[in-house]
Amino acid sequence: MSFIDTLRSRWQEYRRPGYYENFDYAWTMTIDLDSCTGCGACVTACQAENNIPLVGEEELARGREMHWIRIERYWEGEFPNAKLNFIPMLCQHCDAAPCETVCPVSATYHNQDGLNAQVYNRCVGTRSCAVYCPYEVRYFNYYNHEWPSPLDQQLNPDVTVREKGVMEKCTFCIQRIRQAKDAAKDDGRRRVLDGEVQPACVQTCASQAMVFGNRNDSQSEVFKSMNDPRAYHVLEEVNTAPSVVYLKKVEVNG
Amino acid sequence: MANQDISFAQINDDVVRSLVVTGRKYYITLAISILVTFTCFVGPWFYQLRYGIGAAGMNHPTVWGTYLASFIFWIGLSHSGTLLSAVLHLTNSEWRKAMYRSAEAMTLFSVMVAAMMVMVHVGRPWFVHWAVPYPNQMEMWPNFRSPLMFDVMAITTYMTGSIIFIYMGTIPDFAAVRDRTTGWRHHMYVLLSLGWRGTDTEWNRLHWAYTFLAVLIVPLAVSVHSIVSWDFALSVVPALHQTIFAPYFVVGAIYSGTAGIVTVMFVLRKYMKFEHLITKLHFDNLGKLLLVMSLLWTYINMVELFTGWYSESSEEYEALNFRLFGFYGPLYWEMILFCALAPLLLISKRFRTSFVPMLILSIVINIGMYTERFLIVATSLPRQYLPDAWGMYVPSLVEIAIMVGSFGMFTTLFLVFVKIFPSISLYEVKETLPEPQPKPQADSGAP
Repeated sequence: MSFIDTLRSRWQEYRRPGYYENFDYAWTMTIDLDSCTGCGACVTACQAENNIPLVGEEELARGREMHWIRIERYWEGEFPNAKLNFIPMLCQHCDAAPCETVCPVSATYHNQDGLNAQVYNRCVGTRSCAVYCPYEVRYFNYYNHEWPSPLDQQLNPDVTVREKGVMEKCTFCIQRIRQAKDAAKDDGRRRVLDGEVQPACVQTCASQAMVFGNRNDSQSEVFKSMNDPRAYHVLEEVNTAPSVVYLKKVEVNG
Repeated sequence: MANQDISFAQINDDVVRSLVVTGRKYYITLAISILVTFTCFVGPWFYQLRYGIGAAGMNHPTVWGTYLASFIFWIGLSHSGTLLSAVLHLTNSEWRKAMYRSAEAMTLFSVMVAAMMVMVHVGRPWFVHWAVPYPNQMEMWPNFRSPLMFDVMAITTYMTGSIIFIYMGTIPDFAAVRDRTTGWRHHMYVLLSLGWRGTDTEWNRLHWAYTFLAVLIVPLAVSVHSIVSWDFALSVVPALHQTIFAPYFVVGAIYSGTAGIVTVMFVLRKYMKFEHLITKLHFDNLGKLLLVMSLLWTYINMVELFTGWYSESSEEYEALNFRLFGFYGPLYWEMILFCALAPLLLISKRFRTSFVPMLILSIVINIGMYTERFLIVATSLPRQYLPDAWGMYVPSLVEIAIMVGSFGMFTTLFLVFVKIFPSISLYEVKETLPEPQPKPQADSGAP
């Protein structure tokens, strides 16, 4: 193999989505749509954990809601035979994320854990990442939001409160991941054990439809779950290589 | 080419008069445009800075709005001036010489207004300099993969190039005016003319450098609008990620820019009394250019619809359906009427050589082109992949005010320009005229 070929193959290896397999973690979530009841507990849990502002009725009517995770509802058929489908939609932490290439100041980037990270301090608010995101899961701070007392007492001290003009989105509760890593280090372990860390939505899910973990670890729950034959990615044709895997709902005929 | 019976001396007289003699109408227009700038641009922008982008009508799926539409519009308007001037210079078109200075000024000021629109658009404009690569203590570089970052580079380069181009071409004229003015104006022109004496060496170097810059500017101008189009085309948004977008934007930019030149020419001719310098010939030629551009633009629009239809993907269908027949459908058909059908009138030479109809058409075209930019943003983003996240976008009062205010800002800048820069190129207009016959008494000191 010539030098150029070596270089090219190395480059391709580096650019391949999923090269995070070479690192310790590749955080992944699976959502079993068969178990999901659409209760919305994950939405509330996320709101409480991540200091997401409550925008109020007026702003909600203008379409400026802030939900890092939302339950999308899709109706099928007309009234007597109507069927309701839901799908929780959150940042897919794509390995080939369109939002990361467009940010002019690199405020959003991919970290070594395969997370699509957002640096609030670096964000200048061009909002182009929200345009480029095919899943529409990036939320913009149109105002400086306020938490009327006593709500300000329950703000999570581990999470930044974002100011106006900044984009925000699901982080897979990166503060919890950091804490788990610190704890593992204190215990003299190299890696976080499976199940040691859970984002707020996974922890809250009553029907245990969501599983979170490290897909580099072939013994983990999430690895088994994502290799289920029902597994699929939303908008696979956009080729974003998401880290959130959905398990298809089983249709029962008759 | 100006009227053939005008003397060299009269050209100087006319242009110097336009700089020195200021009528009441000028001051009233200037006052109005400054007032509009402050009440419609500065005021609402301050409000928006204070309270956040929420003052504008943008919402969750449609995070881009009229600010970006205005940005593309102003960048587009900026296109024709310097590009047209450079192309016509390289092709030795004589008729360019009476109009290119004001066309280039139009470029310069619309780029400045466009840069302001970026500042208005972003959420935290006080950090916008982070998009520029400069050595800093944070050791952070901008993201070189980002089309927005290309944009910053392309626009600053284009603006710098345009400033140098217009300034260099004006140096001999500054010198001519320097010799005819007194007081503070004289001192200003002494500085601006950089000690121009009009020697052969100086003329030689000027022509060489001017042609060099013209060659440099042409690819630059094409690249700027291609890059602006990549802001959209590099996304995966249905109806935006189209390969036709770069030529589409470049053609659209030259189209609206040429229409802008027609408007500016009319106003200059009427109010600066340049009737014998800017003639029917200029309007005729610009009209032909407009016709060609309108046909190209129409063709590209058809291609855009065709590729959307041919893709046979449901999201493309939905986006096109929303654009053509949705809430903003009437605006789409208005755009077709204004930019594709109305310009067909230009086929008639009588139309091209009559001034008022040309003025009306040029304004109509630019209204249509603004609509086009608005529709690109406001009809694509509300209809993306996931139907649950579909939304609707209507501009707020603050946005509309800032849009109006940007026109006020442009007018203010232009009005200041016509009093400082000789708005007709003295030396180049003279090149197009026959040698004047020497008369013993007529000597006004043309350089």
